Amino acid sequence: MDFISILSIFVMACFVGYYVVWSVTPALHTPLMAVTNAISSVIIVGALIASAEAGSMVAKWLGLAGVVLASINIFGGFAVTERMLAMYKKKEKK
Amino acid sequence: MLPLLASGADAAATPAWAMLAYLASGVLFILALRGLSSPQTSRAGNRYGMIGMLIAVVTTLVTHSIATLPEIGIAILLGGIIGFTIARRIAMTDMPQLVAAFHSLVGLAAVLVALAAFLDPGAFGIVDAAGQILLVSRVELALGAAIGAITFSGSVIAFAKLNGNMSGTPILLPARHIINLGTLAAILGLTALYAVSPMGGAGEGWMFWAILAAAFIIGFLLIIPIGGADMPVVVSMLNSYSGWAAAAMGFTLGNTAMIITGALVGASGAILSYIMCKAMNRSFISVIAGGFGAEAASTDGAPREQRPYKQGSAADAAFMLEQAERVIIIPGYGMAVAQAQHVLREMADVLKEKGVEVKYAIHPVAGRMPGHMNVLLAEANVPYDEVFELEDINSEFAQADVAFIIGANDVVNPAAKTDKTSPIYGMPVFDVDKAKQVFFIKRSMGGAGYAGVDNEVFYMDQTMMLLSDAKKMVEEIVKNLD
Repeated sequence: MDFISILSIFVMACFVGYYVVWSVTPALHTPLMAVTNAISSVIIVGALIASAEAGSMVAKWLGLAGVVLASINIFGGFAVTERMLAMYKKKEKK
Repeated sequence: MLPLLASGADAAATPAWAMLAYLASGVLFILALRGLSSPQTSRAGNRYGMIGMLIAVVTTLVTHSIATLPEIGIAILLGGIIGFTIARRIAMTDMPQLVAAFHSLVGLAAVLVALAAFLDPGAFGIVDAAGQILLVSRVELALGAAIGAITFSGSVIAFAKLNGNMSGTPILLPARHIINLGTLAAILGLTALYAVSPMGGAGEGWMFWAILAAAFIIGFLLIIPIGGADMPVVVSMLNSYSGWAAAAMGFTLGNTAMIITGALVGASGAILSYIMCKAMNRSFISVIAGGFGAEAASTDGAPREQRPYKQGSAADAAFMLEQAERVIIIPGYGMAVAQAQHVLREMADVLKEKGVEVKYAIHPVAGRMPGHMNVLLAEANVPYDEVFELEDINSEFAQADVAFIIGANDVVNPAAKTDKTSPIYGMPVFDVDKAKQVFFIKRSMGGAGYAGVDNEVFYMDQTMMLLSDAKKMVEEIVKNLD
């Protein structure tokens, strides 16, 4: 993909992000932060590429370290979000 | 296409289905955030996020010749166990520290990926025929590494301040604005220098290392002068940075999932910072400049004039609560510190059974991060439809019989509306003075709120001060209600 296409996706995504985030209810702002944390660890893709193609040993180990860090975030972020969201309950009807 | 704007992913020749898979994963991330528009849809949203991540990881593994699958498996397993254990064990009051710690990991991971790409650009398909890293990729790498490093060191300081490893008092270096701006300018200058440098091969170019070092230092310098009261803004801001770091690496890899995610997270953090600033009536620039709370701490020792106030007992409070028709509870962080949220919900249950209408009013800065108080109440089984935001409930105080303030202070201080010299002037506050009665639970009359200012509400005619530990006082009230 060329730079301009990537840039177009990026700019559009910024707008999508702006409107989607404003629609998040303030009561869920903490889970929002936890889940954005988890999804920003999609950077694991870069770490996987670095560790997969063993062109350089240093790059491979840097990549593996990146995989560990991103995995902590992915599993931790989604799990803690799930834990929080499970606590939000509606009033019981009597 | 101009050769200048050629991007590395051309060389990597990602198959079309993989590009579509990354796009799908980006869309699933959008849906994950979209789900958070209501608690009912939020859990489905979280699942979409997990599926999106799974798709991204599997696609990457399938489209690259994996020589190191066992190592990668171990790395994921190791990280997964650590992350999962932390997520299970963390106390909800410690959520801000956890989020700060997670931000630091994203930042560091971005730095590691950028470094790996810098040392082994061939694996990322970002080299030209002569073995030089492409100009655009150099800029992306340098910026990605710099933002990642700032996120990392900044988040470490934010974590230390929130976790109490470091005092929340701002540390003010002389000439810090000049140092900070100079370092930022240096990072940008070095990035430009690196981009056009003839030293562009794998691992070449001292500028890259210099950028990294400067970025680690600036992250540290940016956060140390920021006081504890401004930490919600800082945590949101670092959230934003971690997104931009991911986006920068997404540009390098030409990866749609990373770019969409980076933009989403970047926007999310920026909007949360804005909401927090607005809730404290502080400009973003003044938060970043730091120093808030430094003066307040110094005036704390000054003798304050003694003014008359009414003190009540748990029995008085219980009696009047039973008589009330509408009660609005205003919880603040002090309630969470005293671990009073569970017994508070018990009190509300008893009152509801007696036919009293109970609502909770939450100020955006009630906790230590955006939405923190809502999570703490949800944990104590408070139904979310009894919990209201500042602008939705503020008009209802005029009809309320009792405003029940527990562990909050600055968010009910009328000085924010009237006293132009007050450090919290202009901050939106609850109109508790309009309620028929105000109960104010506070440990003692000494010690003011986080911003270190006196509060008129203590001395109003309709105010009854309940001086005790929040948890003990509410327990007493519950006993007296039965």
